[in-house]
Amino acid sequence: MKDNPFSLWVYLSQSPLLWLTVTLLVYATTDAVSLATRRHPLVNPVLHAMWIIGAFLLLTGTSYTTYFAGAQFVHFLLGPATVALAVPLYENRKRVVASIVPMLVALIVGSITAVVSVVLLAELAGLPRDVVLSLAPKSVTAGVAMGIAESLHADPSLAAVAVILTGIMGAIIVTPLMNRTGITDYRARGFAAGLAAHGIGTARAFQVDEIAGVFSGIAMSLNALVTSFLVPLAVTLLVR
Amino acid sequence: MVMLASLGLILLCQLIGEAVVRGLGLPLPGPVLGLLLLLILLMTRDRFSLLARGPLRNDGVETASKGLLAHLSLLFVPAGVGVVQKLDLLASHGIAITLVLALSVVVTLLATVLTFRLVSRLLRQQDAR
Repeated sequence: MKDNPFSLWVYLSQSPLLWLTVTLLVYATTDAVSLATRRHPLVNPVLHAMWIIGAFLLLTGTSYTTYFAGAQFVHFLLGPATVALAVPLYENRKRVVASIVPMLVALIVGSITAVVSVVLLAELAGLPRDVVLSLAPKSVTAGVAMGIAESLHADPSLAAVAVILTGIMGAIIVTPLMNRTGITDYRARGFAAGLAAHGIGTARAFQVDEIAGVFSGIAMSLNALVTSFLVPLAVTLLVR
Repeated sequence: MVMLASLGLILLCQLIGEAVVRGLGLPLPGPVLGLLLLLILLMTRDRFSLLARGPLRNDGVETASKGLLAHLSLLFVPAGVGVVQKLDLLASHGIAITLVLALSVVVTLLATVLTFRLVSRLLRQQDAR
């Protein structure tokens, strides 16, 4: 080992430990910067962690499969975190029940808008059919979108990328956009964030306001349900 | 101890959710059913004190859940890094894809927030009458 430092690198770069550590440390750094800029939308911790780690993988010639062997331990927690959304929902149940009607109407209108707009725009932009199909479920959380893409024989890994990009753009744009509309109802703002930008939007909503976070979490869960039904239908009706 | 049991309870809800979804072929994600289960469990506990033990006591599962949710955005990083596998596609269609997704997210945010506001305003007017 002593006369060949390269063999140490070969060993470490193949071990899950290194990539799990890199994921946590890079995120801890981007999150600290985000906090230091008082959660400025453009200093989105996911966006910056993504390209820094991505560049690191490309520079070291590490495959995504090797990286994911370590990072999967973080990825796995997406499921339990979805279950955990029950707690803020439970603690704010009175406010939620009080706004059940606007929530359900906004859910239907929002889900249909999310799927129809992306399919129509993608067709208009002349994107290939399998790309259109992979973009269709982009507003729901990663695991669900990958499942939908798979059932359509589209590309699940592209669907995951579309989901993350949508989440990041939604999280960046939501605060300035909502401020411009002059809407100060944090139930409505949060609900829109979770519906359009799933968990990344929800993480953003919790940074801005607790009630916004709760409604965002509900929107994200409900949208996962509706979109699972809606995408196959929309694809049959809208895609050539 | 309570922390471990609380995480165990969260995983158990997800496990039951996944099992039911697979078993019955339901078109919904397992964790979402797990969310409903945990919610029902928390509300039932308030009715029947018999259930208020282990993780369902002294904010056990509540604290564990908040811990998980505190770093929700971290959990998206591994899937996001998957973009390195799609650089070819992004080189050829990246700008179109980004524009399509950006426009769609803006339209969706506006449609949702405006519908929510419109309906809750209509309801309030009805109540006032």
